[in-house]
Amino acid sequence: MTSLNKNKVKIKSQDVEVFYNKFQALYEINMDVEENRVTALIGPSGCGKSTFLRTLNRLNELIPGTEVKGQVFLDGQPIYSRDVDVVALRKKVGMVFQKPSVFPMSIYDNVAYGPRIHGIKNKYDLDSIVHNSLQAANLWDEVSDRLHSPAARLSGGQQQRLVIARVLAVNPEVILMDEPASALDPISTSRLEALIAELKESYTIVIVTHNMQQAARVSDYTGFFLNGYLVEFNRTDELFVNPRDKRTEDYITGRFG
Amino acid sequence: MGLADVKEKALTGLFWLSALMIVGVLVLIIGYIIVNGISAIDLKFILEPPSRAGKEGGISTTIVGTLYLTVVSLLLSVPVGVASAVYLEEYANPNSRFAYLVNLTAETMAGIPSIIFGLFGFVFFVIFLNMGWSVISGSLTLAIMILPTIMRTSQEAIKAVAPELRENSLALGASKWQTVQRIVLPSAVPGITTGIILSIGRAIGETAALILTAGSSLGMPINLSDPARSMAVHLYVLAMEGISMERAFGTACLLIVLIVILNFLANWSMRRLSRAAG
Repeated sequence: MTSLNKNKVKIKSQDVEVFYNKFQALYEINMDVEENRVTALIGPSGCGKSTFLRTLNRLNELIPGTEVKGQVFLDGQPIYSRDVDVVALRKKVGMVFQKPSVFPMSIYDNVAYGPRIHGIKNKYDLDSIVHNSLQAANLWDEVSDRLHSPAARLSGGQQQRLVIARVLAVNPEVILMDEPASALDPISTSRLEALIAELKESYTIVIVTHNMQQAARVSDYTGFFLNGYLVEFNRTDELFVNPRDKRTEDYITGRFG
Repeated sequence: MGLADVKEKALTGLFWLSALMIVGVLVLIIGYIIVNGISAIDLKFILEPPSRAGKEGGISTTIVGTLYLTVVSLLLSVPVGVASAVYLEEYANPNSRFAYLVNLTAETMAGIPSIIFGLFGFVFFVIFLNMGWSVISGSLTLAIMILPTIMRTSQEAIKAVAPELRENSLALGASKWQTVQRIVLPSAVPGITTGIILSIGRAIGETAALILTAGSSLGMPINLSDPARSMAVHLYVLAMEGISMERAFGTACLLIVLIVILNFLANWSMRRLSRAAG
């Protein structure tokens, strides 16, 4: 088994429980997400993995009637606390959604959206952020000659990489990905997975995926969710080869899903 | 050919005829107006003020009056209508009593006949607030009248903006207002424009409410406190008092042209606005 040094804990989830009105979606989730690692969250539909992902940037609270109990720490600081600036939190914890949704504006303006929101106006600065972000998202070579054409004209795979560039432009520390490849063709998916491997050098990544092979390929750690519980959380190579829980084994061997 | 076939053919023909009637009626009305009105229109008709109660001269003051009333009423109602739509769709809890009340009020207001608005405007603006028969009294009345249309269409336009766009913007650290301003409103502009165009149509064709609030003076309206006669009111007076049918048709002709021009301008300016915001 390859060695995997313990990295610093970037995100610590402590007894996290989420309620949608009366419905309890998550029960006592405890998880340490290490820095510069890819952590995959797997499990069948409705198991709570996306809900958990959305507690990490406080996006759950957009849905009225949502209540979060427990605590999430980012670099040791609680994020569920009255004096936390949600805008600053979301700047640090970026998110890539299932469906690539580009803003109805040019490629350039899409990437510059975040920096502009956060007060960067200087054209030279914006140009270099756009350039670097697109480069980091492996999209620069394909779009450098048409930065000012509408982003909607890009292919699905390109749009997803544009969305990632848009997240990178805000200079986050953590990137949350909610089934980022589910709308992509196989070639775009493998490009995205290669990109994830590159990005973890500089970012901490938490990815929700339906696809177990994908989790096995891209992640260092995997958490298996079922009916709102974190059934098992371990190094990916351990979890897939030697699941400790019967339910994990049943799921990864395809006995249900 | 069986009986069922005959029935099918007959019905199809009937439906086709109904559709044709719509086109026919429109062509007939516009054709009739143009045939009867075109001879009254020349440059003098457009540029000269009316004299002898409209029997002679042109209709320049009523064109200005119409534009004045329409533009001022839009300036008053568009910001309020769009702002309340933004509040209801983006900020208010959709199940709140207040949101329910506002929606109900807008629906009720949309169904009130314009003469009632006129009567209210007359009692409230003209008499109680002592604004007299004036551009401002007329515009305020029109503004109230078209407000529900503006609000409703803006609401629909805002609702149609994909929720994913909002989530993405918020997840990038944008505030709610930044999201509304930079993502939601620019995407909603085409729908809002439709509401504005519908409102222009209503405002420009309004007579009853305006006779009671803007008066029917033939002088050139300069200040907001000046009385004004709109083209629609002028047309009504010319026809009802038997002053000149030819001039009534000429006015109607120009009114249609004006509506087309204003619709075009509304489209164009909203497109520019959305580009500036995006």
